[in-house]
Amino acid sequence: MTHVKRLGAALQGAGTVFLLLALVFALILAINPGFFAAPSLMAFLKQAAPLVILAAGQYFVIVSGNFDLSVGALVGAQVVIAARLIDGEESRTVPVMLVMLAFGIGVGLINGLITTVLKVQSFITTLGMLLVLYGAIRLWTGGAPTGALSDAFRTPGRLGIQTPLFQIPWALLIMIGVGAGAIALMRTRFGRILMASGDNELAANRSGARVDTVRTAAFVLSGVSATIAGILIGGFAGVSAQVGEGLEFTVITAVVLGGVALGGGRGTALAAMAGALAIEALFTLFNQMALPATLRPAVQGVIIIAAVAYAARRRIRPALQSTATPS
Amino acid sequence: MTALLNMRGIDKAFLGVPVLSAVDLTVSRGEVHALVGENGAGKSTLMKILAGVHTADAGTIELDGRAVSFTHPAAAQRAGIASVFQEFNLLPELTVAENVHLGHEPRRRGAIDRRAMHETTAAALADLGVADLSPAAKVGSLSVAHQQITEIAKALSHGADLICMDEPTAALADAEVALLYRLVQRLRERGVAVLYVSHRLREIFDLCDRITILKDGRLVESVATADITPDELVTRMVGRRIEAQFPPRAAGTEPGEVRLRIDGCGNDYVDGIDLEVRAGEIVGLAGLQGSGRTEIAEAVFGITPFTRGTVAVDGRPVRITRPRKAIAAGIALVTEDRKAQGLALRQSVKANARMVLDANARVHSRRRLARIDGILSSLDLVARGGDQEVQYLSGGNQQKVVVAKWLAAEPGVIVLDEPTRGIDVGAKHKLYAVIRSLAAEGLAVLLIASELIEVIGLADRIAVLHDGRIAGELPGGASEQEVMAYATGRRRPQSEGTQAE
Ligand SMILES: Nc1ncnc2c1ncn2[C@@H]1O[C@H](COP(=O)(O)OP(=O)(O)OP(=O)(O)O)[C@@H](O)[C@H]1O
Ligand SMILES: [Mg+2]
Repeated sequence: MTHVKRLGAALQGAGTVFLLLALVFALILAINPGFFAAPSLMAFLKQAAPLVILAAGQYFVIVSGNFDLSVGALVGAQVVIAARLIDGEESRTVPVMLVMLAFGIGVGLINGLITTVLKVQSFITTLGMLLVLYGAIRLWTGGAPTGALSDAFRTPGRLGIQTPLFQIPWALLIMIGVGAGAIALMRTRFGRILMASGDNELAANRSGARVDTVRTAAFVLSGVSATIAGILIGGFAGVSAQVGEGLEFTVITAVVLGGVALGGGRGTALAAMAGALAIEALFTLFNQMALPATLRPAVQGVIIIAAVAYAARRRIRPALQSTATPS
Repeated sequence: MTALLNMRGIDKAFLGVPVLSAVDLTVSRGEVHALVGENGAGKSTLMKILAGVHTADAGTIELDGRAVSFTHPAAAQRAGIASVFQEFNLLPELTVAENVHLGHEPRRRGAIDRRAMHETTAAALADLGVADLSPAAKVGSLSVAHQQITEIAKALSHGADLICMDEPTAALADAEVALLYRLVQRLRERGVAVLYVSHRLREIFDLCDRITILKDGRLVESVATADITPDELVTRMVGRRIEAQFPPRAAGTEPGEVRLRIDGCGNDYVDGIDLEVRAGEIVGLAGLQGSGRTEIAEAVFGITPFTRGTVAVDGRPVRITRPRKAIAAGIALVTEDRKAQGLALRQSVKANARMVLDANARVHSRRRLARIDGILSSLDLVARGGDQEVQYLSGGNQQKVVVAKWLAAEPGVIVLDEPTRGIDVGAKHKLYAVIRSLAAEGLAVLLIASELIEVIGLADRIAVLHDGRIAGELPGGASEQEVMAYATGRRRPQSEGTQAE
């Protein structure tokens, strides 16, 4: 009973994104009923998985009151690193994945420490990190990445478990795992303190919370999510110097669309990931309608402004009341 | 005399939950009208309807015999209703004069006439009997009392006929309260009506001509102050009799071991602080605003640590440089400012109440988590449930959540900085009893309260601060005169030798 109520409340709070998701799916269905046949639906989910995973990572950072603009560049760097280090050798797959994980954690740690210890705004820190990573990729590859990914490396992003009727993509399973993990993490003490730190840093500090530590951990989680997304995207799309470009904006759009407040302290991981699905579905809808892909950035721009404006409107009312709340 | 304000049959519900039902309120010109009731009774909501922040679901509002309805705060202001909420609508970067004239600056040939602005502000302040506030002072640097005065001057500059004040004294020290008293008298003399919300009975009987009592969103009655006694008022507000205001001190039992010992401590704000709090003891810290009470609390809790001297908890010396360390040592601090430091407003009651447990692995335990519901209900929390966001609770109920959050951690030493701010009489009574019974269980309590009677009535011992130092110590139940003598520096501590124990 209370679970039902709580679910109801959660859906109500972030209801818009689920509504939007349903709406876009309905439109796709209207245009192309065949889309919901298992194979094409699985293909859609496989393609959407990396963004959903990135959204989970970005959610932690945003809910704690920061931004991570470096994820797109990190995805790109990870793919380039993987191709270069593996260089087609199957046996190097797992060691290189571990190197990538360490790299992702390292980048998150640097983002987190610069933001919390040096008190640089995360917007600036991660923008700097984005530029550094892009620059490093260019420098290292001279514009054209070398090396090749191994088949084993490409498996999670490309293949899946074959059932008699269709294939369940590994990417979908990984996405479900990461998603469940993110939701579970938010129910732990860490998650609650992360949320409290984004809502009221001072109150969290006065309660004994290690605000800087949990915020840094959020950046690390974002770095890890970018690593996983990098493995999937590399497997799915292969290597190029453009991999990951602009992904940071898509993912922030997704999280905001999920009703997660910029500035922190509000929103659920589930809604953030639903936001990512909604964006992917929207892009699919554009494909179905044969709209040019070049329209995407503009659409993202409109969504982000609309979503933030909508959230602000919803917040203005209570805010108005709370500035007027006396005692 | 016709009524200035006439509200009839006001209904208001939030998300289907009725908060006000058929409330009537009549205020005459030049009348100081008290609005009283328990936490969550709907006082602030009624004021906000009047101020145009909320719109009533049903009912009529007449101002000077004309029906009005406000959809926006600016509309209420234009109609002559000004509101002084506890959080001010002032721009901290601007001067007093600029704030007072914000939006209707005097102009000369198109440009803002600063000279005129300052002169009219100075005149308005002089008119209010305030001599020590410069129109050129930056609002952000002012004391709460002076900000409040600026807010009132601003209201008057809009030609307000009715000023609503929601718990104006909650953030003021005793001396500043006296200033507000004078101000309200002035307003009355000028024919301005004041609608006054407060949980402090003394103010209501000192200041107000009539009292309107709300309970659970309904009108109980509206009476002339002369026709009711404080005891009757409490009974009608709370619905039951409240016997003695303060719980009796544990008679005959000696306080236990020293739990908190502060030895020769000081920092930039306070100096030479020697203080002991024993298990089972409530020690009050009294003093004027700025005498260093809150500074001691913040130093003990590691917000602005002591730089000299030693602190020991349960006999063990501790170096407390951060709140986290204080908590680990078993110290809790109910901060003075609940919105800035106490609560994550967008989180639920439950999430806030368990925040200290969540943040500190050493304090966290299943048993303590399981006790939270009991603690909340022992404080008479009125909320729609543990999932309700704290920002939608009434002020007094927010305060109860802060207190609960610290009690949940089962500290050994608790520092209470204005714990009853904004709490209604019944809940205050309850909180006093809770504090007393916690002490009886062996907790050491350090209590700071602006209301002297509170410190005097509750504390076993009172340390009076003056100018960052302990000027003297008095037994609980000392007279206000004795406390004030030390607090104002009229009486000095005895020579060094006799003061130390
Ligand atoms: N914006 C809101 N949304 C939902 N509920 C609200 C909102 N504002 C107030 N309430 C509820 O309305 C009731 C009355 O609140 P109100 O603030 O008017 O009480 P109050 O009499 O001022 O109490 P206090 O003495 O504690 O300040 C409370 O139960 C409160 O939780
Ligand atoms: Mg109120």
